[in-house]
Amino acid sequence: MIARMTRVTRFRSPATKTRTKQTSVITRVLATGLIAGIVAGLFVAAIQHVTTTPLILTAEIYEVGGEATQTGASMLTQSALLHRTFNTSLSTIALSMGYALILLAVMLLTEEKIDAYRATIWGACAFAATGLSAGLELAPQLPGAAETALHDRQIWWLANAALSALGLYLLIKTDPVLVKIFGLALILAPHFFAPIPAAPESHVPAELAAKFAAASLSVQALSWLLAGALAGGIYQLLGRHNDEAHP
Amino acid sequence: MRIQKTISGLPQLTSVKSETLKAAILALLLGFSLIYAVGFSETDRLHDSAHDSRHALSFPCH
Repeated sequence: MIARMTRVTRFRSPATKTRTKQTSVITRVLATGLIAGIVAGLFVAAIQHVTTTPLILTAEIYEVGGEATQTGASMLTQSALLHRTFNTSLSTIALSMGYALILLAVMLLTEEKIDAYRATIWGACAFAATGLSAGLELAPQLPGAAETALHDRQIWWLANAALSALGLYLLIKTDPVLVKIFGLALILAPHFFAPIPAAPESHVPAELAAKFAAASLSVQALSWLLAGALAGGIYQLLGRHNDEAHP
Repeated sequence: MRIQKTISGLPQLTSVKSETLKAAILALLLGFSLIYAVGFSETDRLHDSAHDSRHALSFPCH
C-alpha cells in the first residue's frame, strides 16, 4: 500500500529523501570498516606469519630457560601452531577493522574529504602517534623480556596515543602558532612521565630482540597504512553511486 | 525563490550532518571496542588468542 502511494507521488517528501541518505552514511562507514579490516588484516597477518611470529616462538624457548637451535624453532606441535596462527590472524583482522573505523570516524568528525590518499596520510600520522611514539619509551618486546607493571604501561600507552594524536592534529591542521606550540607540547609531555624501564634481565638474546623491534615497527606501519589506504579507497568507491545521484 | 530554496534545504543538510555525526560516533565506539578487546583486555582467553598480535603490534603485553 505504501509502495503504491510512493509510486504515484510525483516528488518524494524531503523527509524521505533525507532518510535514504541517512542510512547510506552509516552503512557506508560500517561496510568500509568491515571490508578494509578483512583485506588489510589478512595481508598483515600473512606478513606477521613470516616476520614477527617466528621470532616470538623462538623467544618462548628462551623464556622457559631453553636454547633455540635456529630462528623460527618452536616448542609447539603442528596443530597447536595452526590454531595459534588462526587466532593471531583473527586478532589482526579485528585490529585492522578497528584502525579503519577509527580513521574513518576521525576524518568524518574533522570534515576531511575521505579518499585513499588522504586516509593513507591519516594512517601514517596514527602510526606516528601510537607505534612510533610509544616505541621510544616502550620498545616492542618479545616474550621473556624484562618488564615492569603491565597496568602502568597500558595506561601510559593509551594516554600517549591520545595526546600525541591530538598534538599532531593541532600541529598540522591548525594555523595559529600558539596552538601549534601547544600541539608540540602535547606530543612531548607524555615522554616526561613514561614508565621507568625494567632492569635489563631479559632471557632473550639481544640480536633476536633487535630484529623483533625492527620487524614489529614495520608491521605496525604497514597495518596503519593499509587500513588507511583501503578505508579511504573503499569509502570513496561505495559513495560513487551516491555522488552520481546527488552531485 | 533563492531564499526559499536555501531555507527548505536546511533541515535536510542538518539531518545529513547529524547522521554523519552518528555514523562517526558509532565507528569510533566500534573501533575502540575492537582495539580494546584485542590490545588491552585482561581476560585470559582474549589475551591468549591475541598474544602474538599484541607483541607484533607493540601493545603492552605480560
